Amino acid sequence: MKRAIITVVGKDTIGIIAGVCGYLAQNRINILDISQTIVSGYFNMMMIVDVSGLEKSFGDMADELAALGRDQIGVQIKCQKEEIFDLMHRI
Amino acid sequence: MINFSEVSETNAMIEKENLDVRTITMGISLLDCIDSDLETLKKNIYNKIYKSAKDLVRTGEEISHDYGIPIVNKRISVTPIALIGGSACRSTDDFVELALTLDRAAKDVGVNFLGGYSALVSKGMTGADRLLIESIPDALSRTDLVCSSVNVGSTRTGIDMDAVRLLGRVIRQTAEKTADRDSLGCAKLVVFCNAPDDNPFMAGAFHGVTEADRILNIGVSGPGVVKKALESVHGESFEVLCETVKKTAFKVTRVGQLVAREASERLGVPFGIIDLSLAPTPAIGDSVADILCEMGLEYAGAPGTTAALALLNDQVKKGGVMASSYVGGLSGAFIPVSEDQGMIDAVKAGALSLEKLEAMTCVCSVGLDMIAIPGDTSASTISGIIADEMAIGMVNQKTTAVRVIPVIGKGVGEQVEFGGLLGYAPIMSVNPFSCEEFIKRKGRIPAPIHSFKN
Repeated sequence: MKRAIITVVGKDTIGIIAGVCGYLAQNRINILDISQTIVSGYFNMMMIVDVSGLEKSFGDMADELAALGRDQIGVQIKCQKEEIFDLMHRI
Repeated sequence: MINFSEVSETNAMIEKENLDVRTITMGISLLDCIDSDLETLKKNIYNKIYKSAKDLVRTGEEISHDYGIPIVNKRISVTPIALIGGSACRSTDDFVELALTLDRAAKDVGVNFLGGYSALVSKGMTGADRLLIESIPDALSRTDLVCSSVNVGSTRTGIDMDAVRLLGRVIRQTAEKTADRDSLGCAKLVVFCNAPDDNPFMAGAFHGVTEADRILNIGVSGPGVVKKALESVHGESFEVLCETVKKTAFKVTRVGQLVAREASERLGVPFGIIDLSLAPTPAIGDSVADILCEMGLEYAGAPGTTAALALLNDQVKKGGVMASSYVGGLSGAFIPVSEDQGMIDAVKAGALSLEKLEAMTCVCSVGLDMIAIPGDTSASTISGIIADEMAIGMVNQKTTAVRVIPVIGKGVGEQVEFGGLLGYAPIMSVNPFSCEEFIKRKGRIPAPIHSFKN
């Protein structure tokens, strides 16, 4: 399993989760965990996903997600491989 | 599994506190390029560098993209050129030809800097070493990306004072040859004592002869992250302070370890070391001096500064060594003046003098770094500054270095702008009394008694 972390931050609106999940489904990315909160009107979401079924390069997918957030939903979307968080926070 | 707050913490470090991997530096041995014919040697050097490093920049960018961590610089270090050019170069002009070849190779592979236009002369100079050192002013004024360093002393060998004397002149000539660019050439020249073979940071990087054919060394940084972490323990005891620095250094170094592993795998080049230095940049909030202020000093340079810096340097190492099995290079806190907004502010406020900086170099990772001095400073005074700094390194068994810039045509109180990561600096005053008779003496300073350990 190759895991990645997707973070979504921005002003709350209708269809953020739908938009992101739609893209993930189209690209055969499986969602393992989601946590989401709204802090004073701001939408915060973190997803742990499995990207082993992904057919395009990781970099292209991250770029497309960022573009989807910026151009269509109006939020910031980041997708990073999981190891950076694992290494930093686990001994 | 990773939780929300951990992810937020990492991303805040990157987005708000300037956490980055400062450099991926590929060390390339040029020993197999040696030839007695200058043209063949130039061709061999260009081909080896191009072949080894052509994918370095692209790979660095891909890793940066995948993990969302900026990798600021991609650089190359090569075997000291005095060794490589020894049999082919008959004049300083021949050595400059090699510098131009290195510059062209560096530009063609797209790296930011290439280090290793160097000579190792801690006990004495060969003919080739002397030619290379004398060629430095021309080499640095005619190239853009080549960096030069000379190791003039070590704890085991003492200090080669003939080289120290020569370098005082070379630094002045380099300043004069690049006077139209605020003597920028001197920002690319470092004089070392106890230079490490595997330092990834410029301008002092070179690929030591004890290293493998190719190697990747990583320099991590994050003064902003340490400063932010210390804000949360304001007024707490030294124990809490130390604990916080260690934990932060661990996290920062782990990011470097990840990038090192990935880069090594993708480029098929073995991983060498991680240099876990706190390297400031002129960006606001990316300052080592600000950490010292956060510890409780009004300005860097105030009484207590050396103690605070000693604590910081030690805790950075203690946290960092836990995060990677191969820590090397310079590792510690850098205190360059022009590259650190907090240091610049301290100089402007009159809190920080050259003498206090010298004291700080006893406990920081390197030495007098990126310090602008008046353009009329004599060669012997520059040699005196170098000799003092080398003595600190020699006696304390640590790396020390001098990178001073005598800015031609400018004096104390004026400002000089180097641009980019090199920043800007107010020109600092230098002790006006002479050391000429001392510097004129020939020979070397012997190794200290505690170097005899066999």
